[in-house]
Amino acid sequence: MAEKLLEIKNLKQYFNPGKPNMVKAVDDISFDIYKGETLGLVGESGCGKSTTGRTIIRLYDATDGQVLFNGEDVHGKKSRSQLKKFNRKMQMIFQDPYASLNPRMKVADIIAEGIDIHGLASSKEERIKRVHDLLETVGLNKEHAGRYPHEFSGGQRQRIGIARALAVDPDFIIADEPISALDVSIQAQVVNLMQELQKEKGLTYLFIAHDLSMVKYISDRIGVMYFGKLVELAPSDALYKNPLHPYTQSLLSAIPLPDPEYERTRRRKEYNPSVHNYTEDDNLEMREVAPGHFVYCSEKEFAQYKAQYKS
Amino acid sequence: MSKILEVKDLHVSFNTHGGEVQAVRGVDFHLDKGETLAIVGESGSGKSVTTKAIMRLIPNPPGFIKGGEMLFEGKDLAKLPEKDMQKIRGKDISMIFQDPMTSLNPTMTIGKQIMEPLVKHQNMSKNDARKRAIELLKLVGLPSPETRFKQYPHQFSGGQRQRVVIAIALACNPKILIADEPTTALDVTIQAQILELMKDLQTKIDTSIIFITHDLGVVANVADRVAVMYGGQIVETGTVDEIFYDPRHPYTWGLIGSMPTTETEGEQELVAIPGTPPDLLNPPKGDAFALRSEYALKVDFEQEPPYYQVSDTHYVKSWLLHPSAPKVEPPEIVKLRHRQMPSNYKEPVLVEGVRS
Repeated sequence: MAEKLLEIKNLKQYFNPGKPNMVKAVDDISFDIYKGETLGLVGESGCGKSTTGRTIIRLYDATDGQVLFNGEDVHGKKSRSQLKKFNRKMQMIFQDPYASLNPRMKVADIIAEGIDIHGLASSKEERIKRVHDLLETVGLNKEHAGRYPHEFSGGQRQRIGIARALAVDPDFIIADEPISALDVSIQAQVVNLMQELQKEKGLTYLFIAHDLSMVKYISDRIGVMYFGKLVELAPSDALYKNPLHPYTQSLLSAIPLPDPEYERTRRRKEYNPSVHNYTEDDNLEMREVAPGHFVYCSEKEFAQYKAQYKS
Repeated sequence: MSKILEVKDLHVSFNTHGGEVQAVRGVDFHLDKGETLAIVGESGSGKSVTTKAIMRLIPNPPGFIKGGEMLFEGKDLAKLPEKDMQKIRGKDISMIFQDPMTSLNPTMTIGKQIMEPLVKHQNMSKNDARKRAIELLKLVGLPSPETRFKQYPHQFSGGQRQRVVIAIALACNPKILIADEPTTALDVTIQAQILELMKDLQTKIDTSIIFITHDLGVVANVADRVAVMYGGQIVETGTVDEIFYDPRHPYTWGLIGSMPTTETEGEQELVAIPGTPPDLLNPPKGDAFALRSEYALKVDFEQEPPYYQVSDTHYVKSWLLHPSAPKVEPPEIVKLRHRQMPSNYKEPVLVEGVRS
């Protein structure tokens, strides 16, 4: 098996802990991300997928649990310089390219912010050269460096967001719905760009989205979240061929595909959490039904899933 | 089948500081009774402007309908006085907007908002309108409608609000329902519910629907016919099968190729349409898509392509269908889906415009 880049262990993120309005946004989830892979994270809005991404990169302080990056815990007390080291290795691309770029900064300064903070350029010339290189990497050109964000279209802005993330040479990028605000034709441009960059620089992605067909296309493995829990984690093909958890089945059956014939026969399954009939002494956890295919289930369901698994 | 709406050579423009933006440049289409027509295209292609023109909701100034006809039951909507238009809007033709968070009035109860068109258009008494409003809430699948009736929009979730918007739109049993990206702001499962609801209601009250979206999965699900818009014009139109299994225009190829199906493998690169939509302040000479198309011919940069008819229902605006144009192969991802359409003509026929 490939090398683990990131290990998430029993991660919990509660908001308003101890108060009546406590929300368990992320409720005890564990998974690994391997070097060079793309892990997709899907689920409905409010299921905790974005919170998971944000907690991993320490935009939120985790309530409990660990995030190990190359074996070191991201959370827990850290000095400024240690944090800086992490921030260089982990970057984020945000959903809304209209809100995530400072409208009063020039593109060059937006992209170079990380370079300045980490002191990656020794002179002004080097700084601007790096910015120009980055712009070219993401398919823009150097003339764009002196402009402001409002002069760009959505797809171009998302490219600027990607250039900013790449500026500090990260190993790992969290992309939080990077394409959902873009037009279909532009989505493909951005996805193709992200894949090219991954090949070139050996990046690892955590790709958060609700567009399942795009997630399947870009991801090596996919995790499905439901109400703060990871309910299924499997290689992309396996998840589509053999969705085991009833929620995954319901989610997959709800996506309309660009194929009229398929659409005429598609029947949507509804998910009703009571189908599980869990009792109090059921021990619920992630269990490996087939190699690499994990499902959140009880022991009884585990036996059932194993029996019905088609390989 | 009888036509309920016929749009002929519609032009809509906006006056801006930079000059006249020609948002819609000669659009022809029709809508049959009881059918669903999907209009697809990227932002700025003119699909929303076209439908707003039908509703006469183009803000004037700066926008204006420059020319063309929109025939609805013998009346030309383009020339109707505002007063008569008000009698049609919300009654015979109604609209569902994209964002359910902003299309409801936050200071009015849901019930009052649904009663509004009933009282206004159908002269119902308050009591009757209330009864009908509660019925409508039930119809769109909101539980405990009597309590919901008295609540404000902020007490509803996104999917529920969209149901309320649908209830308002359907209040007067409209003949045409225009849905402008009604599910884009919603989750997949909620989207599926709303689409099912719309289809169900369509059969119940026999409405024709114009459905605007850029999600081709949704198109495949709801549409009977599809019109593909680019740069303010319809570049291809046909039945849903014709558009998905036998597309002829390079832009349609691009749209279909840019969406992976769940069968698309990771190694197969998506067909990205390079560049950005055309500037409609100075629409390009010739074919508006030529600059972004790898299939562009020399003539595309000089002369606007005419329409070619491929079957009774399938029209394409591209020089590629000209008898002496070079034969080109669509991208792999499109070819994989290709099917022979039984109703195709032997050869594409040159026509004046979309007339079917």
